Amino acid sequence: MIVAKGKPLEDIIAAVQDAQSILVAGCNECVTVCEAGGSKEVGVLAAALRLHFQNQGRKVQVGEITLQRQCDREYVSQAREEVEPYALVISLACGVGCQFMAEEYTTLPVLPGVDTLFMGGALERGVWSERCQGCGNCLLGLTGGVCPVSRCAKRLLNGPCGGSTAGKCEIGKEVDCAWHLIIERMKALGRLEDYEKIIPLKDWSTDRAGGPRKVVKEEVRL
Amino acid sequence: MRLSYPAHVRVIRVPCTGKVDLVHILRAFEKGADGVYLVGCLEGSCHYEQGNFRARKRVEQAQRLLEAVGTGGERVQMYNLTSGEAPKFAQYAREMSERILALGPNPAKLAAAAAAGRKTKEA
Repeated sequence: MIVAKGKPLEDIIAAVQDAQSILVAGCNECVTVCEAGGSKEVGVLAAALRLHFQNQGRKVQVGEITLQRQCDREYVSQAREEVEPYALVISLACGVGCQFMAEEYTTLPVLPGVDTLFMGGALERGVWSERCQGCGNCLLGLTGGVCPVSRCAKRLLNGPCGGSTAGKCEIGKEVDCAWHLIIERMKALGRLEDYEKIIPLKDWSTDRAGGPRKVVKEEVRL
Repeated sequence: MRLSYPAHVRVIRVPCTGKVDLVHILRAFEKGADGVYLVGCLEGSCHYEQGNFRARKRVEQAQRLLEAVGTGGERVQMYNLTSGEAPKFAQYAREMSERILALGPNPAKLAAAAAAGRKTKEA
């Protein structure tokens, strides 16, 4: 999933201070799972904003909506009747959802209520960890299912650097060395000899280096 | 025991303090409550194991949010006791009541009254 975390309430309040009416818009997908922008977080932020304006003696209508997906024009446009009466939208979806809202509602300011961080998964309740950077050229088949692009601080493709100590990376005691994990995994798979094979230079043009990316699947287009 | 506690404390029964969500606490203030406190079982003796710990975390979260919006974090509190400690229940009610009386009404109500006053003057 795409992992995000809520912006500090003080920052959100400062950004919407002059608004006459505000819609807090959540998303039922990734940000619900990472507990940053689902209907629950929408309820909390909206209640906090209402309290803030009440404390100032101002009547600002703060509405709540949670779309099935903000990264899908179909769902975003369906919410027109609920969205357009408001003067400002705070999107609690990831950066994609926030942009799709802004593209659909061109005359409304759409502000992000979360910081979008990475593609990852939940290690335990309340802990999410990065697993993919969308490099566009997946190497997991060569590295035993452990990604050196997202999990090695240096994105090394052929073994660990000198900063690997007791399975941890030099950038922090909490950070696993991806190549340590890869070697352990190769051992477990009985494929340690593959570690000797050199992974050739990676084509980074499929990564962000090649500019904004797009996927077109002709067979499913209407 | 027929203990008495301040009459303005309104008790809302929940199956476990773990049932109380952050948004419930915030909505109480939106609706004009001057303070909210949760009374859970002693830590370590929750029937559902985690309920009162979850409640405590939500209370702490509510305190942070209420501080940020200007309501004041000290208006929310978490207490723990066993079901056999009625005197403590009454004592916590008095404690909370005194705390809130010292803090004064929910600032949203004061702001609404001030805004209404301004309007009357303008008229």
